[in-house]
Amino acid sequence: MTKTTVRDWLKKPIVGILLAIAIGFAVGAIVLLIAGYNPGEAYGALFRGVFSKPKYFAQVTIKSTPIILTGISFVVAFKSGLFNIGSEGQYITGALVAAIVGSQINLPPVIHFIVVILAAMVAAGLVGALVGFLKSRFHVHEVISCVMINWIMLYLSNYMITLPWFKKAGTEASVEALESSWSVVANNWKTSEEGLQQLAGSDSPWAEALLKTDLNYGILIAVIVAIGIYLLYKNTVKGYELRAVGINPHAAKLAGISVDKSIVTSMAISAAIAGLAGALTITGVMPHRVTQLSMHEGYGFAGISVALIGGGSPIGSIFSGIFYSMLTYGSASIQSETGAAGEIMDIVIGVIIYLIAISSLIIMLLNRKSAKAGKAAKNG
Amino acid sequence: MDATYAVEMKSISKYFGGFCALDNVDLCVQKGEIHAILGENGAGKTTLMNILYGFYEADSGEVWTNGQKREIKTPKDAISLGIGMVHQHFMLVETYTVLQNIILGDEHIKGPGVIDYKKAKAEIKKLAEDYHFNIDLDAKIQDITVGMQQRVEIIKALYRGADILILDEPTSVLTPQEIEELIDIMHNMVQNVKTIIIITHKLAEIMKSADTCTVIRRGKNIDKVAVANTCEKDLAELMVGRAVEFTVEKQECRRGSALLQIDGLVVEDDRKIKKVDGLSLELFEGEILGIAGVDGNGQKELFEAVTSLRKAKSGSIRIDGQDIQNTSPRKTFEAGISVIPEDRQKSGLVLDFTIAENMVLEKVQNAPFSKHGILDWKVIRQNADKLTKEYDVRPDGSAGMRAGALSGGNQQKAIIAREISNDGRVLVAVQPTRGLDVGAIEFVHNAILSERDKGKGVLLISLELDEVLKLSDRVAVIYNGRIVNIIDAKDADEKRIGLLMAGGEGA
Ligand SMILES: Nc1ncnc2c1ncn2[C@@H]1O[C@H](COP(=O)(O)OP(=O)(O)OP(=O)(O)O)[C@@H](O)[C@H]1O
Ligand SMILES: [Mg+2]
Repeated sequence: MTKTTVRDWLKKPIVGILLAIAIGFAVGAIVLLIAGYNPGEAYGALFRGVFSKPKYFAQVTIKSTPIILTGISFVVAFKSGLFNIGSEGQYITGALVAAIVGSQINLPPVIHFIVVILAAMVAAGLVGALVGFLKSRFHVHEVISCVMINWIMLYLSNYMITLPWFKKAGTEASVEALESSWSVVANNWKTSEEGLQQLAGSDSPWAEALLKTDLNYGILIAVIVAIGIYLLYKNTVKGYELRAVGINPHAAKLAGISVDKSIVTSMAISAAIAGLAGALTITGVMPHRVTQLSMHEGYGFAGISVALIGGGSPIGSIFSGIFYSMLTYGSASIQSETGAAGEIMDIVIGVIIYLIAISSLIIMLLNRKSAKAGKAAKNG
Repeated sequence: MDATYAVEMKSISKYFGGFCALDNVDLCVQKGEIHAILGENGAGKTTLMNILYGFYEADSGEVWTNGQKREIKTPKDAISLGIGMVHQHFMLVETYTVLQNIILGDEHIKGPGVIDYKKAKAEIKKLAEDYHFNIDLDAKIQDITVGMQQRVEIIKALYRGADILILDEPTSVLTPQEIEELIDIMHNMVQNVKTIIIITHKLAEIMKSADTCTVIRRGKNIDKVAVANTCEKDLAELMVGRAVEFTVEKQECRRGSALLQIDGLVVEDDRKIKKVDGLSLELFEGEILGIAGVDGNGQKELFEAVTSLRKAKSGSIRIDGQDIQNTSPRKTFEAGISVIPEDRQKSGLVLDFTIAENMVLEKVQNAPFSKHGILDWKVIRQNADKLTKEYDVRPDGSAGMRAGALSGGNQQKAIIAREISNDGRVLVAVQPTRGLDVGAIEFVHNAILSERDKGKGVLLISLELDEVLKLSDRVAVIYNGRIVNIIDAKDADEKRIGLLMAGGEGA
């Protein structure tokens, strides 16, 4: 009977996730040992590299912002039974539109910022809506159109950067978004005479976190989006319909919920959030512009990991996004302090993702094990 | 100990969270007998069988088969002990063919990774012939009727070499003719020393087929009786705990004006075969029009066209003169059509939603369930509490439960509660009492009759002739996609309708 309770306990998603994380670290430790490093030291370095200074943690939050959002983006599509692997392309769409609107239009601060992110979300949302439309109207699988859009957007962005009105002379990048569109924390004060003086004079680590990083309001917006999406699904008719379509499209359809419309809506919301991620990178982080890319930056795929580790929930994605970026940011300290390759963290993350993805399989294995014991009893 | 018992389950208890689904239940099944399990919806029959089949683990108690104590932890264990199960809700892969579904998980291998379809097919063909199962092995599951799907499940179990076959409500989707055949098959099987455990709500079937019957109520043993020494009435009383009326009190039909008019309707299925072929009928206010027919004669397509799930080729469907053909399910709902679909799990419920959420599936966007797009959970919950109480959807507090955690019959009751509470002008009911116990059937029949007495029109599409004859004011017989005759209930008898259903002319 205790076996049953252990198994029931293991079936709770949060337990599975924490277990996967623990095993991920254990596997990482083994690899480190084999490679001749002390895992305790390496993980110590990781920990210090994240928590020993406010500046470090500020960096972690800054880097977590886009992946929290692409994570939520994945969650939204998934709730309606869709697999949005196009958040990379939607991210690029958002960044590109943000850079254009941020650099070509002149508006007062705050208002400029709002216009920039709205424009980026609308543009990316339309891209997502197109994917949804292709699926509902012509049965084009969303994965296929998403992959195509990822590449189309990459090349479109690269092309735009070559245009004379947008290219910054002498660089492989676009012109910067104007300061009025930035979302950097205390930007005016930070760059003013007295601000600079005050910060330089202070040896507070908090001042350092403010001055030496791109600390910006993006993380707050990501949290607001997470809560908003959570409430959308919990408390609104739209959210109800989107979930119903995701779980049982047959019943939803018979009940008068338009499956086609829901697919388009879900993809549009999902993509708009990925676009927001791109826009916030432009408004919040140096150098506030888009650059030529030879390949994707990986925000989309990181988002899938974040969504998975976050248990498929928007709120969970906040925590898993921060966790993910702690590992990737802290891995640099492992490298500098112990000499072990920082890629070790990729292994840890990889193991965690695999374990979560196959956690149902683990439960099955547990079942199988007790079944074997049963068979032995039968034969004996 | 006693080797003549094929299955002994001793003091089985099972809890779901704090809810006790089975409380020290015993079951002894003799080798070579047909053993029926009878109990109300939610009594715990399926749960008990799922424990025997290794789907669930009992919290306490022992399972013995053929005189030995066993630990059955997975269905695989059960299969290796020669236990097969056909579930109440089928477990088939919709996009696979019949053949693929049957061999799934037990493939004959020709070489590494190569399935020997030929051999499997020959074997299955023989099985199907032995048991007179008329199935097309190459059809896809999604294209065949529920009745056919069930045969696939039975063959699947036999193909795996089951000696002890568990049938969970196998007959609820079969035509009377098919039920006769199934009973013959069952008798055939026990003559070959197979043992059958059958769950059914149809008392007549128990009387006709079973040797012994175990009765459970709310998770407890009530009695075990030899079928030869009992009768339907006693069984019903044992099961429900009170006397059950088998006949319904029917008031005189007060027919009003025409409500639903279908004219020259033509509907094709996915394979472009004309399934409804020039069908016309009229449904009036205050009447129940029964559609009787053998499965596969266009009932499904008729239903889909009326609800706008499927586009009709030609003809017209009007409600109150308003054209609703080829609009959308929402439009037909708004025009006043409520539907009880054939397949509760596929089309009736969102199993991962709570009952409360399911109860507002069609009307969540309307006040009072939501205002300005924001759900009012309190109202949604109250609505479900009220309906589950009124319609006796068990267990207590089911409103907050996931629909998938309810027993099959209680899922069905939830759908019926929802659709009747929609208060539309037309109720289209397909097999509305499928899987309900006799007590619940009595209740639902009365509910449908009272809708009719309120002036609603009820279109009853059912394969169960009994039910059609009992409830209908007029009976329309569907054959090859057409209504071949409409008979007043007073003049309808089973024989005449049966002849018409089989395509006989001029009956
Ligand atoms: N997975 C589950 N989680 C929670 N409760 C469950 C679960 N499965 C079954 N139950 C509960 O256990 C009780 C018995 O269910 P079961 O399916 O065995 O009933 P049944 O006798 O087969 O009824 P029916 O005739 O309606 O099929 C029901 O009250 C049901 O709600
Ligand atoms: Mg059942």
